[in-house]
Amino acid sequence: MKSHNARKWRNRIASLLALGCVLVALVPLVSILIEVVSRGAPAIDWAFLTERTKSAGTPDSGIGNAILGSILLVGWGSLIGLPLGILTGVYVSEYGDNSFGRTARFFNDVLANFPSIVIGLFAYSLIVTVVGFSLISGAFALGIIMIPIVANTTEEALRMVPNSLREASLALGVPRWKTVLKVIISNGRSGLVTGALLAIARVAGETAPLILTSFGNSFWETGLTEPVAALPLVIFRNAMSPYADLQEQAWGAALILITMVLSLNVIVRLITRKRFKVAKAVKKTWKERLSLSG
Amino acid sequence: MRLTGKLGSGRKSRASFEDKLFKYTTMGVAAFVLALLWGLVVKLLFDAQMSIETFGFEFLTSDIWNPNKDLYTALPFIFGTLMTAAVGIGIGVPISIGIAIYLSELAPAWIREPLSFLIELLAAVPSVIYGLWAIYTLRPILTGTVEPALMDVLGWTPLFEGASFGIDKLAAGIILAVMIIPTVASVSKESMMAVPDSQREAALSLGATKYESTRMAVLSYARSGIFGAAILGLGRAVGETMAVTMTIGNANLISWSLLDPGQTMASVIANNWGEADGLMLSALVEIGVVLFIVALVINVFARLMLGRLMKAVPMTGGGL
Repeated sequence: MKSHNARKWRNRIASLLALGCVLVALVPLVSILIEVVSRGAPAIDWAFLTERTKSAGTPDSGIGNAILGSILLVGWGSLIGLPLGILTGVYVSEYGDNSFGRTARFFNDVLANFPSIVIGLFAYSLIVTVVGFSLISGAFALGIIMIPIVANTTEEALRMVPNSLREASLALGVPRWKTVLKVIISNGRSGLVTGALLAIARVAGETAPLILTSFGNSFWETGLTEPVAALPLVIFRNAMSPYADLQEQAWGAALILITMVLSLNVIVRLITRKRFKVAKAVKKTWKERLSLSG
Repeated sequence: MRLTGKLGSGRKSRASFEDKLFKYTTMGVAAFVLALLWGLVVKLLFDAQMSIETFGFEFLTSDIWNPNKDLYTALPFIFGTLMTAAVGIGIGVPISIGIAIYLSELAPAWIREPLSFLIELLAAVPSVIYGLWAIYTLRPILTGTVEPALMDVLGWTPLFEGASFGIDKLAAGIILAVMIIPTVASVSKESMMAVPDSQREAALSLGATKYESTRMAVLSYARSGIFGAAILGLGRAVGETMAVTMTIGNANLISWSLLDPGQTMASVIANNWGEADGLMLSALVEIGVVLFIVALVINVFARLMLGRLMKAVPMTGGGL
């Protein structure tokens, strides 16, 4: 048996090591934020946000077309991914207590952690081989990536709706489908919103599938079957460029992208915290009403 | 108790048709998503057929990648993937376990939530921004201090031979370590928090220090969860594309030295996509199929090990 003092010291050192691990992990986060802001902020002005990308050395080059392209990609991707994801989540939560439901849940978990470049290959194989590098193929890839995220958060949100609400609605003679749509989904609404926001934050930064599908473009292009620009692609292509003005553009685009992604995450955080508070408040008012009527 | 389909199905009413319609619509969507994915796997295999027929099994065991002779095999990329993932896991998992221990056992209650959120934010940073940061910030640190120091101390081993460029397998591995930390730390933390307090109390009441109780009671109890978390991190590291593509140097060679550039399965696809066609394109798709299988095996294994703990994975993954 070691002496008491030695054990105490060992305990102290181990605690410090664990704290050290946390600090080590926070160093890259802080450094990335500082670098992106300090290098990206000087790049941003009105022309940068509104002009299209031009070749190195041209004045008034911007990333307006990439911002538009990213919005289009995420928008079309959401049109594909959100409905499919939400309906999958509804099925798994409300009807999924069987082997098919468990299979669907299993593969949702697996897919949520799947390499996105493989999803990009799928989209390439299915769409790009037919119509060429295009907005629709990029949106398809992003939509597929969104499905498991949205399905998982939807399922979690609907599970948190208390069973008493389901039973109350059914007892009033409301059919099951109406119960799901009107009672359960509207109660789990904030959960669905957070899921959608998380999925959007996730795919807004996706780069690898876009290299394989939407490819990038330096013009204002909005056609579904045309290659389209995107913020992550600008960052990727310009980061390795030898020209200082293109590198600065990459940092400016990174600042815009990271601001968007991190603020979505913070919003989700705020909604989730509020939801717990609301849930508590609802319980309280119900109790009060019951005691009043009783 | 969960409601089952049996409720209300005993008697026929007008509502039952709509009920069935709604149920089978949602079920159809869930089935469609599954079928779509498996259908696409078949399509990918079909696209890779030319390469599979040309190179056969040698695709996985030979190291030639020569567009001039139209010869493409995958061993250098499988090697690069394993090597960078090993560095990422080797650095990332111990740090993650430390973080998980701090967050679940040591931290004061008020700081746990915000600190967990900050760690999870690491998963929200898009991969391409990690790459950008690695090129401009990490690289000077590596070439200036870290790599010369490693060469001084460990230069005699085959792992640290050669010159210091800062764009190499070591850089890619370090970036991977940072990127897997949020996943591994969150899942490990969740599995440690699932350890019943009675375990900790039993150890503490025998006079154990916090360190001893954590090691004896918590870590041994949460071992399988931590292992599953590490496997999940491995899955991340294997499939990560952008940050690796930007840091690994993109050289199609097999070299044990971490200071030499390399190429992973994901990065070779991303790098060669625009200009590939014919047999090369087919070979890239086959590499994608190999990556798919590897990722599938790893993630299925992790899911089986972790079960519902899988929900602790930060959903904010920043675009791999």
